[in-house]
Amino acid sequence: MASSPHIALQRNSVRGVMLKVLAALVPGIVVYAWVFGPGIWVSLLVCTAFAYFFETLALAMRNQPLKPFLSDGSVLVTAWLLALSLPTMLPWWIYAVGMLFAVLVAKHLYGGLGQNLFNPAMVGYAALIVSFPMYMNLWPAPVSVASHAPTLQEAIDLVFAGQGAISPDAYTTATPMDTLRAHVRAGGEAAEVVRASFQVIGKEALVVTYLLGGLLLLATRVITWHIPVAFLAGIVATAGVLYLLDPARHADPLFHLVTGSTMLGAFFILTDPVSASGTPRGKLIYAGLAGFITVLIRSYGNYPDGVAFSVLLMNMAVPFIDAYTQPRVFGQTRGGRRGS
Amino acid sequence: MISREARDIIVNGLWKQNPGLVQLLGLCPLLAISNSVVNSLSLGLATTLVMTVASVSVSLLRNFIPHEIRIPTFVLIIAAAVTVVDLLMNAYVHPLYLVLGVFIPLITTNCIVLARVETFASKRSTFSSVLDAVMMGLGLTLVLVVLGALREVGGKGTLFSGLDLALGPAARDWVVTVLPDYQGFLLAILPPGAFIGLGLLIALKNGIEAMRQARRVQPVPAL
Repeated sequence: MASSPHIALQRNSVRGVMLKVLAALVPGIVVYAWVFGPGIWVSLLVCTAFAYFFETLALAMRNQPLKPFLSDGSVLVTAWLLALSLPTMLPWWIYAVGMLFAVLVAKHLYGGLGQNLFNPAMVGYAALIVSFPMYMNLWPAPVSVASHAPTLQEAIDLVFAGQGAISPDAYTTATPMDTLRAHVRAGGEAAEVVRASFQVIGKEALVVTYLLGGLLLLATRVITWHIPVAFLAGIVATAGVLYLLDPARHADPLFHLVTGSTMLGAFFILTDPVSASGTPRGKLIYAGLAGFITVLIRSYGNYPDGVAFSVLLMNMAVPFIDAYTQPRVFGQTRGGRRGS
Repeated sequence: MISREARDIIVNGLWKQNPGLVQLLGLCPLLAISNSVVNSLSLGLATTLVMTVASVSVSLLRNFIPHEIRIPTFVLIIAAAVTVVDLLMNAYVHPLYLVLGVFIPLITTNCIVLARVETFASKRSTFSSVLDAVMMGLGLTLVLVVLGALREVGGKGTLFSGLDLALGPAARDWVVTVLPDYQGFLLAILPPGAFIGLGLLIALKNGIEAMRQARRVQPVPAL
């Protein structure tokens, strides 16, 4: 249901948009594998396989044509975003449950592509973090600091044969955000953890690669500047205020920008065309508040990261935001009534 | 033989107008307490008991209750019935009473009780009212138990855990482990599991109805 200038329609077909998003994610994935080891390839593959399995199942149950929906790439984007949001080298069934919630519950129970109220990948993530908090803390350590960095073969074994082979302690570590929380609660200075987290090699490279992928999406006009800018501004502003109020307990804004899934969220997750706000002013409100909530959850909550929950909360507010931020059409007054 | 009216009441309570799946009344306890079979069953039976007592009383008194103040009167009658159930459970199944906690007194505010009293018992004969209250109560209990079983198996991999709270320590061994070595799926136990589970049950009921409808409509011969 596109509105009038129909010329750009072909270039911005669902398939075209999704393929560009996937292409923009590829550099990030390559750098991810370089920083955190080859486990990401396994989780990406497992998520992709289950994504297509559940998508086919749902389409068949709903008597929908398979080919156009399977080839539009949207389910692949969901799978990759979920894989990048989860720890790698978890047992395979965790990825399966995540994709089940993402594809069946969040997408198809709401009516399929274009109808979902919530971002599917984030619903999958939320279901997993609520259900299996233990597994969701098994973040792989960066290769440069891990006492034992699993090879690809070992990663495959961990995913499919269970945890027996290598102890999780050997290759996982607490995320900087968890370390920060524990450290501050024990009475330590936030700055010590922040300083240590910046010494990990390659982490900034990953953030910069996500940023470059995001800029690619901006350049190809898949997304507009509103959401990433407002989200990052919301994070910097909220974190900045907290940092100024109590620098001993809170990390500085830069830490929030380079930690967790801030960059992935700003350019790839919040910008989901279906569940995000659609109006220019609405996008600013939606993403700005998401940034605000993200920092609040990170600073005062118990979950490893706040991006998923803030995205879901703001998804809920999108119909409301959209209704109040309709742009004024020339010749009409602000309320949509005809000017006299 | 049962009369046509009685049969209608039974079908309405258990299926057609099921309080949990169709009327969607009394959802607060339905969603809050349905995390195990034992909790569901006991709350469902307690609600059924309250509904029966309230419906009998209202239907007997229906000609004496002034129309203008009927709602406060109904609520008082229901509250009295709930108090009785509350005290009984406190006396005889105390551990279970502690688990169900505030949801026993809250039966007073459960809209299904007031709804049946207002729309049915205050207008119909005592016999019909009792039958309606029991059937509506059992209909709700049925949904509660199915939802409780779904959430318990999905969340903990067991069935009937906590039976010893109602029947004494001897029942502790009756817990059925459906899925051995189950890791646990917290979502099913937590409130979202109740919403998702109830949604799936409603979808299932509507699906069955649609299938029966389709079978009934199909054999129309084309002229």
